[in-house]
Amino acid sequence: MAGSGTAHLRDPQGALLRVEHLVVEFPAGHGLKVHAVSDVSFDIVEGETLGLVGESGCGKSTTGRAVVQLPRPTSGSVTFEGRDLTQLSGEQLRRIRPRMQMIFQDPISSLNPRRRVRDIVAEGLEIWSIGDKASRAAKVDEVLESVGIDPANGGRRPHEFSGGQCQRISIARAVITEPKLIICDEPVSALDVSVQAQILNLLEDMKARYGLTLVFIAHDLAVVKNVSDRVLVMYLGKTCEVGAPDDLYAAPAHPYTAALLAAIPVPDPGVRPDTEQVLGGEIPSPVHPPTGCRFRTRCPKADVRCAEEEPQIRPVADGAGRDHFVACHFPLTPGETLDFSHAGRGAEVEV
Amino acid sequence: MTAAGDGHAPVASSPAPPLLDVRDLRTGFETDRGLVKAVDGVSLSLEAGRTLGVVGESGSGKTVLSRSIMGLLPRRGTVREGSVRFEGTEISHLSPKEMRAYWGAQMAMIFQDPMTSLNPVMKIGAQITESIREHLDVSRDFADDLAENLLASVRIPEPRRRLKEYPHQLSGGMRQRVCIAVALACGPKLLFADEPTTALDVTVQAQVLDLIRQQQDERFMAMVLITHDLGVVAGRADEIAVMYAGRIVERASTSVLFADMKMPYTEALLSSIPKLGEPPHSRLATIPGRPPDLVNPPPGCKFAPRCAYVQDRCREEEPPLLDASPGHQYRCWFPVGTPEGAAAFERNRRAGLVAAAAIAAEPVAAGPAAAPPSDAAGG
Repeated sequence: MAGSGTAHLRDPQGALLRVEHLVVEFPAGHGLKVHAVSDVSFDIVEGETLGLVGESGCGKSTTGRAVVQLPRPTSGSVTFEGRDLTQLSGEQLRRIRPRMQMIFQDPISSLNPRRRVRDIVAEGLEIWSIGDKASRAAKVDEVLESVGIDPANGGRRPHEFSGGQCQRISIARAVITEPKLIICDEPVSALDVSVQAQILNLLEDMKARYGLTLVFIAHDLAVVKNVSDRVLVMYLGKTCEVGAPDDLYAAPAHPYTAALLAAIPVPDPGVRPDTEQVLGGEIPSPVHPPTGCRFRTRCPKADVRCAEEEPQIRPVADGAGRDHFVACHFPLTPGETLDFSHAGRGAEVEV
Repeated sequence: MTAAGDGHAPVASSPAPPLLDVRDLRTGFETDRGLVKAVDGVSLSLEAGRTLGVVGESGSGKTVLSRSIMGLLPRRGTVREGSVRFEGTEISHLSPKEMRAYWGAQMAMIFQDPMTSLNPVMKIGAQITESIREHLDVSRDFADDLAENLLASVRIPEPRRRLKEYPHQLSGGMRQRVCIAVALACGPKLLFADEPTTALDVTVQAQVLDLIRQQQDERFMAMVLITHDLGVVAGRADEIAVMYAGRIVERASTSVLFADMKMPYTEALLSSIPKLGEPPHSRLATIPGRPPDLVNPPPGCKFAPRCAYVQDRCREEEPPLLDASPGHQYRCWFPVGTPEGAAAFERNRRAGLVAAAAIAAEPVAAGPAAAPPSDAAGG
């Protein structure tokens, strides 16, 4: 994306969450700024899962955190259930918090090691004084049971559980206040493949059981495809491509999406890793992002235009009427392959 | 600490001994609860220039295996038995002082976490030249030039400038490249790569794995590639050993393993990887529960409590390493792809056994509802 725009947004009436022109910047000293998220827009319909994908440093976690106003974004609007969260006072925002929860990447460090699991899970209920003591205990039992933790083990502390079990406890803590929206920030990146599958299945079950809407942040496109109804690919604080997973994976229109797809290791010895498809170089500094399209320094299709003009999000040409949008001046046609060994022509273009 | 069992078998009688030959290696840690048998009777060998993939979940003993072979475990509280031969020489009883001749020069290691495996208060150049100056009799300037060439060969831009930088000034992928440069500095014959890309993004993972393979080809170096992801080793290892509960449960050449896997654990690991070809919201196959307690492992097959093919015999009698074909061994009474295995799976499925239902990836009721009993048992 390295681009901006709102062409991919749908009817605001149906959206549970609508993020428009979100910008998050951090001071970097010497008057410089880290451009972590630069004009990103997306919306989520109730019951949907939006996958946010990209490399480390692309701003996907910052985007997730800015949605729950941790910290508040520099500019832009975040409309949740019809209210713009960026305009709310601290107390008004606090009242909405039980309806928006987060699950973090590292399950062990996101649980307080000195507290018992049952108390960690019950905390949300206690803060909001939901129910009496007995009904709270019953609710904790029910939620622990639903995530696959034996409530009899609720008196134990986090270190007595494995990483996968701690992530189950984090999920229990998130769903206990019966939220509408959960931001899952790389919830399976720290887990083994076998445990990852358990947690992904569990998230799907929780979604059905508690009627959740999810933002699922990850760097693994295969994992994202498994859980998502819509996928948004980010690069260096910008949007590259948005679409339904079937269209986006079958015919990626943005060169960066194609590179991410090619990088997934295939568990089949017949498929030799394709070195030409490997994206070279590193993500540029968000303090001095490239002009125009931010991906141009690593893109084999980059041209002068990419350095001068930022691409806007628009529907993919042959995808008329389909849910597939791209921000690229030279989008890929279906079946086109790229040779990343000659990438980065855009880097030589000086403006 | 001393070699035991068949460790003294005359390996050297063959014309050229393999580069690495491990026989019946056992490594345990003494704890308050008893001896944790982290590696329990592992034998393997590796020829020069070849790549062995070691695959298993957290806690399967794959990391302890590599550290045990290299002699990197603390002496206190560690019990190590069995034989480790490097180019025909027994090294399992050597002291750390004697092992210094091997570390870096003959065998080296890349660790999982590039953040913590570099010294944060030492310049990158000094970390690379440290082992060069230790093992090779060269001047400081020559060592610096060598370090610069190494950084260039692992494709770090502006290597001369980077030599004077500290690890925190580099990204995760760059730091892992520096770790590779440190490991390759003295031209080792054997490289252990312990989850070298687990902490990295998929795009950087592909870059780093390609780089390791290219360096391996140029230097005719053997490698033990340790990972929990069968996808990572599929295109890159000549042979794969699957570990579970401290032992090798299946071993074969990569093509044979993927075409004709016998061990239910290998099958379960492979089917739990999300596939790009599947539609969104496909139910993933899972392995219910978690690896057994290594202090008091269950009798019989260690995988039995989580296995979709489990029968009464599996819970009582531990299967030995059986031969499927030359070079292909497995530990199972009811292997995948055989009539006995199919019958066992079908019996479990009919009986509605938990594990069978989870593997077969049946909708909603199976997965999480099935997981708690075995999952919580170990907690």
